[in-house]
Amino acid sequence: MSKRRPLVKGLEAIVGKERVVHHPEDLLVYEYDGSIDRAMPQAVVLPDSTGEVSRVLALAYREGVAVVGRGSGTGLSGGAVASEGGLQVALTRMNRILEVDVENRLAVVEPGVINLRLDQRARRSGLRYAPDPSSQKACTLGGNVAENAGGPHCLAYGVTSNHVLGMEVVLEDGAVTWLGGMERDSHGYDLRGLFVGSEGTFGLATKIVTRLLPTPPAAKTYLAAFSDMRSACDAVSAVIAGGMVPAALEMVDALTIRAVQKVAHAGLPEEAGAALLVELEGEAEELEETGLEVEAILTGAGAFNLRWAESEEERERLWSARKGALGALGALAPNYYLVDGVVPRTRLTEALERVSEIGHRYDLPIANVFHAGDGNLHPCVLFDERKPGAVERVMEAGGDILKVCVELGGALSGEHGIGLEKKAYMPLVFTGEDMEMMKTVRGAFAPLGRLNPGKGFPGGPAGHHNLQRGAVMAAGPGAYV
Amino acid sequence: MKGEPVVSQDAPITAEDLYRCVHCGLCLSACPTYMETGLETESPRGRIALMKAVHEGRLDINRRVAGHWDMCLACRACETACPSGVPYGRLIETARRDAVEQGAVSWRHRMVAALFLRGLLPRLRMLRLLASALRLYQRRGLRRLVRWSRILKLLPGGLDRLEAQLPELPTRFFAPQPGVLRAVGETRMKVGLLSGCVMPVAQAPTMDAAARILRRNGCDVATPVGQGCCGALNLHSGDPKTARGMARRNIDAFLDAGVDRIVTASAGCGSAMKEYGELLEDDPVYAERAARAAAMTVDITEFLAGLPLDPPRGRVDARATYQDPCHLAHAQRITEAPRTLLRGTPGLELVEMEEASRCCGAAGIYTITQRRMSERLLASKMEWVLAAGVDMVVTANPGCAIQLENGLREAGSPVRVCHVVDVLDQAYQAEEGPSPSAVQ
Ligand SMILES: Cc1cc2nc3c(=O)[nH]c(=O)nc-3n(C[C@H](O)[C@H](O)[C@H](O)COP(=O)(O)OP(=O)(O)OC[C@H]3O[C@@H](n4cnc5c(N)ncnc54)[C@H](O)[C@@H]3O)c2cc1C
Ligand code: SF4
Ligand code: SF4
Repeated sequence: MSKRRPLVKGLEAIVGKERVVHHPEDLLVYEYDGSIDRAMPQAVVLPDSTGEVSRVLALAYREGVAVVGRGSGTGLSGGAVASEGGLQVALTRMNRILEVDVENRLAVVEPGVINLRLDQRARRSGLRYAPDPSSQKACTLGGNVAENAGGPHCLAYGVTSNHVLGMEVVLEDGAVTWLGGMERDSHGYDLRGLFVGSEGTFGLATKIVTRLLPTPPAAKTYLAAFSDMRSACDAVSAVIAGGMVPAALEMVDALTIRAVQKVAHAGLPEEAGAALLVELEGEAEELEETGLEVEAILTGAGAFNLRWAESEEERERLWSARKGALGALGALAPNYYLVDGVVPRTRLTEALERVSEIGHRYDLPIANVFHAGDGNLHPCVLFDERKPGAVERVMEAGGDILKVCVELGGALSGEHGIGLEKKAYMPLVFTGEDMEMMKTVRGAFAPLGRLNPGKGFPGGPAGHHNLQRGAVMAAGPGAYV
Repeated sequence: MKGEPVVSQDAPITAEDLYRCVHCGLCLSACPTYMETGLETESPRGRIALMKAVHEGRLDINRRVAGHWDMCLACRACETACPSGVPYGRLIETARRDAVEQGAVSWRHRMVAALFLRGLLPRLRMLRLLASALRLYQRRGLRRLVRWSRILKLLPGGLDRLEAQLPELPTRFFAPQPGVLRAVGETRMKVGLLSGCVMPVAQAPTMDAAARILRRNGCDVATPVGQGCCGALNLHSGDPKTARGMARRNIDAFLDAGVDRIVTASAGCGSAMKEYGELLEDDPVYAERAARAAAMTVDITEFLAGLPLDPPRGRVDARATYQDPCHLAHAQRITEAPRTLLRGTPGLELVEMEEASRCCGAAGIYTITQRRMSERLLASKMEWVLAAGVDMVVTANPGCAIQLENGLREAGSPVRVCHVVDVLDQAYQAEEGPSPSAVQ
């Protein structure tokens, strides 16, 4: 509390009273992001320009206060949660698209621009922004850069890192610098590449230069129902083995289908054990041909009820069902814990079977909705945080799932970052030396380590699951499940 | 069937509704107040988080907390965006009622509630009387005198601005009447037309147009005299009790009139009436009747687009854009019907503006209780309207129309504001007359 007064006064001097949040009841809504971690910052500031960000960071540097960047707070690894307190810098007001350069196919944006807005704007000029996280209608490009976000269409086009050319960055002490730039080729160290995926620990991006791609002339989107996960996984392998690179290849299991249908009635096959969403892009004639091949492969793998979107509206309906799938889980349970593990595509079936075993062992329902083409699992453990001990049990189950991924030769995170929730598992894949090396790199950007401290590496407080039991339970945890 | 109002215990916020929110944030970009401020406290997820905290006993409802709920437009755009099916409209109504009960609302809100919501709306005759006085005031040069004297500036609460925003009232008001207006040609069904509170005084010509179009399309039109205001504004501002009384009156009026459908030309009223079933579900006397009335309620655009419509043959030569009223697009999920009707109007070119379904800032009493935010939202809306390069903005709700008119007047723009039924009516009228120049 002691440091709060001068900090708040200083912030108000920079941005004005309206853009500083410091009353406890207001800070309460800044304690969460999309994950299950929670912690309250000391204050939140909403700067409007690079200059203000720079002055805010310089102030925090002088006052010895930790700084946590925040976009839309849709992150799933607790990245934007101020686990060690400190100042949250919310970049939501810096949401201008500064330039769309059609000729050079690039855009310059502020970090608070919402992913989908950029894509929509680009599409007006026949271009698109390819990375499309399922959260794209809410998440910001700043958050995407920090987490190196992926999305359904990253199977064919690559993740955020492949689409960001450079960025203006404010460093720990408030200094402003550029990493990368407007050019596709750069010389020297690829600092831009280092920054993408640094989870807000290197600096705060204040401008981002993105690549834009031409929109494909045509697309064909299939929905294939399978009786179980195994045959759906076989279909995925068969499509890839057949030498095809669909623009997207997404899987949902029976539980997820149930959730989506409960809320949206999106026309997913309710009797199926799993469904695949397969999208092909290209020239119209070319699509006809590959379409037939894909149909044959899917049917061969056991797809029943194979259909494709007949219109743009239908295509959008399918995609919004897929992209809303996580949220729809709210219809089944009040909380989900999404585990973002990756396994080699060839071991999908095995991984899913072991995940389901873990669910049985802990007696927790697990829904699967994921980027099958990349082998990027997203088992969502469903629970009710109001039940005593639930969070702990869920975290344990999550840990077991990650161990399975690593054992099968995979990775801890496909796209959501390490943040708070997976930091304890880093030693599963990295040696002490590896992690020291990473910290040395971080030290080059942020010598004092005061940017988003306590993230990415083991140690320090985890996000406290700040639940006041007792009154919480009044509602009765039996309301669900 | 007109029993004493039944006192029923108001249910608290249910945990089931509340914990359906998985704080994914996907609703954020749909929320006008969040997009305007960038503040999580002014977002759907933030408002729900505050409700959760209150529910969990971590937080007491105080002015600051209630302030964030009050800043909500209840436009329910978040509900459309939410993949989890969180019934946000229900949540915010309950939260506000709790805030009112605990005295955590501003004096401005209390004043409006006492004078307007509880005082005037349930007594339409008083409202009409006041409107007549206002009309006199507007006509008789008194207004000029008052404005010249600047006396309003001396009063608190920005009364001068409020005065400037009052719509220019028509020469005649629309009033419910006994009996039935017969269909032109063969009768297909009998519909009851809700006259509502603001519309019959502020937009009587639109009400007349609605009746004409319905009759033209084979409907006997009843405007039962017992009906009154729908109660939506009361409900949205935390006073379900008064709202229930108003609902019972309308239910009686329309069911007793023996109509096949209840048609509303006001999106706000329609959405409230469609929810009468929920509002009165615990009322042993009215529950069943309420559900029946709710199921019979349709918005006029939805109703007309669903008919085999006798298409207008006259022309309305204009370039127009459509502003989705929140209570049509989000509360009733109707976005296509009005557009279909407009596209079917000869001569009319429909163009989409940016953010057509973003709230214009009208939102019932919001213009009074949250004037600054309302003005900010209106300013953004004006930018998008003007960028669309149109001759008129069409909408389907009286509150939106008044707000848009104010915005355009202040911007010195000649763009006109019409209701969908005004446009259709013009097209029908243009069939007969010697080509009246529709829109200037
Ligand atoms: C329903 C749902 C679906 C999702 N689907 C996907 C998916 O398909 N693919 C995927 O990759 N992710 C997905 N996510 C996760 C999440 O949306 C992404 O990680 C996204 O990139 C986060 O963006 P944000 O703006 O919400 O950032 P936040 O959550 O606010 O922050 C994330 C991290 O970025 C840092 N940060 C924010 N802004 C800046 C900045 N300007 N400079 C530096 N650091 C910054 C923060 O400190 C934090 O560490 C999903 C999330 C949800 C809720
Ligand atoms: S209201 Fe719906 S969209 Fe918004 S955060 Fe909650 S679950 Fe997500
Ligand atoms: S009802 Fe409208 S203003 Fe209120 S939280 Fe939802 S989107 Fe925002």
